[in-house]
Amino acid sequence: MELVADIVSWALLGAGSVFIVIGGIGLLRMPDFFTRLHPAGITDTMGAGLILLGLIVQAGFSLVSLKLLLIMAFLFITSPTTTHTTARAALAAGLKPLLAPEADRKDG
Amino acid sequence: MRAGSKLAVLGLALAACWLALSGHYEPLFLFLGLVSVAFCLYIARRMRLIDHEGVPARLSLSALRQLPWLIGEIGKANIAVARRIVDPALPVAPRLFETAASQKSDIGQATYANWITLTPGTVSVDLDPGTIRVHALSAGDAAGVQTGEMDRRVSDAEKRS
Repeated sequence: MELVADIVSWALLGAGSVFIVIGGIGLLRMPDFFTRLHPAGITDTMGAGLILLGLIVQAGFSLVSLKLLLIMAFLFITSPTTTHTTARAALAAGLKPLLAPEADRKDG
Repeated sequence: MRAGSKLAVLGLALAACWLALSGHYEPLFLFLGLVSVAFCLYIARRMRLIDHEGVPARLSLSALRQLPWLIGEIGKANIAVARRIVDPALPVAPRLFETAASQKSDIGQATYANWITLTPGTVSVDLDPGTIRVHALSAGDAAGVQTGEMDRRVSDAEKRS
């Protein structure tokens, strides 16, 4: 039983780490500020989510897993809020997003 | 919900948080926890935070029903954007577009904007009553929002609240 929990939790931790690394690579590869927000979203949702899930499996049914669940709930509310605030501040400061040529139409 | 019952709901939520986070159940600690909860309620009331936005109890519960669907969407969007990042050609075609937010309340629209940002590939950059400006990484990511399914689901959660 413990072996199964270990395998599941390590699989989740590994998958989460892969998504965080991909998010980091994306952050470096994207061409401008606004496109860089999207890979950051991968790190925030899939990366953090899978790692916290892996830790919950590792902690078992206890107060620790409840705390981890709370961390996940707060993270899923606060991280999009801060991403939105950052993007909005950049727009308000006059930073122009890089747009694809065919996306100039208003309906995109 | 009346203001009194909202205060009670907030008090219960704070007490539950305190019990979950402290892990101490000796009488002295329980008493200190009770004092902290009471102090927080007092401050919240003084700051006039006890309203449908400060204590969105019903909306939170009805939004919870959409959680499995939302997690599925987040998963799909994550894989789509991750694929694009590891693609050597980096196929991105960023665009800005506006989408309708059909929710009646401010908090409903804020929730919709947050859910858009939560799915990778789309970020809400501005919110006017009734319209959300979205930055999308590509036409495919934009299409996910433009189907209006997420908008419908948030509105549905709002109606049930």
